[in-house]
Amino acid sequence: MFDIEKIRGDFPILNQEVYGKPLAYLDNAATTQKPQCVIDAVNHYYACDNANVHRGVHALSERATADFEAARQRIASFFNARDQREVIFTRGATESINLIAASWGGANITAGDEILITHMEHHSNIVPWQMLCKRTGATLKVAPINERGELVMDEFESLLSERTKLVGVVHMSNALGTINPVESIIQKAHAVGAKVLVDGAQAAAHLAVDVQQLDCDFYVTSAHKMYGPTGIGILIGKASILESMPPYQGGGDMILTVTFEKTEYNDIPYKFEAGTPHIAGAIGFGKAIEYIESIGFDAIGKREKELLAYATAKAEAFDGVRQIGTAAHKACVLSFVLDQVHPHDLGTIVDREGVAIRAGHHCAMPVMQFFKVPATARASFSVYNTEAEVDALFVALEKAQAIFA
Amino acid sequence: MFDLRDLYLQVIVDHNKAPRNFGKLAHYNHEADGYNPLCGDKLHVYLDVNDEGIIEDVSFEGEGCAISVASASLMTEAVKNTPLSGFQEKFEQFQHMVTSDLAEAPDEEALGKLAVLAGVREFPSRIKCASLCWHTLKSAVTDSQEVAKTE
Repeated sequence: MFDIEKIRGDFPILNQEVYGKPLAYLDNAATTQKPQCVIDAVNHYYACDNANVHRGVHALSERATADFEAARQRIASFFNARDQREVIFTRGATESINLIAASWGGANITAGDEILITHMEHHSNIVPWQMLCKRTGATLKVAPINERGELVMDEFESLLSERTKLVGVVHMSNALGTINPVESIIQKAHAVGAKVLVDGAQAAAHLAVDVQQLDCDFYVTSAHKMYGPTGIGILIGKASILESMPPYQGGGDMILTVTFEKTEYNDIPYKFEAGTPHIAGAIGFGKAIEYIESIGFDAIGKREKELLAYATAKAEAFDGVRQIGTAAHKACVLSFVLDQVHPHDLGTIVDREGVAIRAGHHCAMPVMQFFKVPATARASFSVYNTEAEVDALFVALEKAQAIFA
Repeated sequence: MFDLRDLYLQVIVDHNKAPRNFGKLAHYNHEADGYNPLCGDKLHVYLDVNDEGIIEDVSFEGEGCAISVASASLMTEAVKNTPLSGFQEKFEQFQHMVTSDLAEAPDEEALGKLAVLAGVREFPSRIKCASLCWHTLKSAVTDSQEVAKTE
């Protein structure tokens, strides 16, 4: 039984007023709020167990290490990684992609190679590849999207060739809500010998991800979009590929022995985790995943589908709203423009009604260029949102229209 | 607390809907680009300064939110037919108004109609919307080749 009041009660931040109005937090695609259990786990680490990991023989270090590695284990099993050694902690999805571009890309990409991405990628899955192409002389190819904001699959396929060395694709678009057919994309990419990176920053809180079933080579995501702390994320890679890759950064924890003549690197995952990691963040991430599991993706998916359907129906009935992103397969994101009202003005006006939405390019400027808009307003939903909050958004839109009428 | 109406005063809404001095000047001798990468606002200003050092004409093109369009429109009205030598002082007065403490009333005598933009102080993320055009005009005045930003 889905108990919305109980779930909302898990998130202390939701119980507040903004400018005298109840907060309606509809900016979950930017970052989700944190349940008390995650806040407590982070607090507990600093209050009781704070020590560096993989180093000390004292009790605190043993406890910190055990909790840090338990989080890795939980994350591995959540994504059904073959082995926890395949889970590398990073600062987030962005750093994970940069790690792959620098390490795997540096070792495997040369002039004449192609990297294929889609038109709906976040800047974090565009810019690292542009940088890599500039370094190596490789070419960046972009698969187009259609007016609904869906990947055009036959065009994607026609861009695949034996020159394609890597396909980078977003699992769920943060700007449009589109869910890409990643399983089919991966199969087709593998058929030409390309590796596949799936950017799961937006997807991982909303749908079950099984990296073995997908057979992706790399899956990346950030904890803070999954009810976890900021500054921590993961790269999950196939062990055989990770083992063949050179280190990303050098430093402590990623080595076995160091002399001035030569350094022997540590095994995965530590080879890619130079320096003291975000221990509290990793522990909080593990707890956030436990929280998601406690609700379950069946209930999460059902609830979020209801909310999106409710909001979409309201948007369709609202005079002057043009939705940006109407893919058949989408989730949780209502991106739109309102006649006569620039998205930034809209963002400010609805904020005064207690409604938090994002206005801007959503770090996906090429998507804005495709739809010929400078920016969009975006309401994005999470499991704790309510129909009343959606209503508050649309009342605020009426207010905005009245101001500009 | 400020009411939204203090930000979106009728004069701002009007200038957004029907911006004054919008479009490219037939004759100009200074120009500059302005860009706010955070929100994507883009602006281009044209300036025609005559031999006596008077801003004979000024105009702007671009796209942006109501605050940025209205601010640019109001700015062109404020500087048109004024000596170029007085621009720096106006620039500083405007900057001061949009960044000063909320308790400080805008100097309406010096600022004239521009004082309607004092409301942006209540909205820190929107101050740049109001000031981008002024930074851009400053670039044009100094013939800076760089795209103006608000930093």
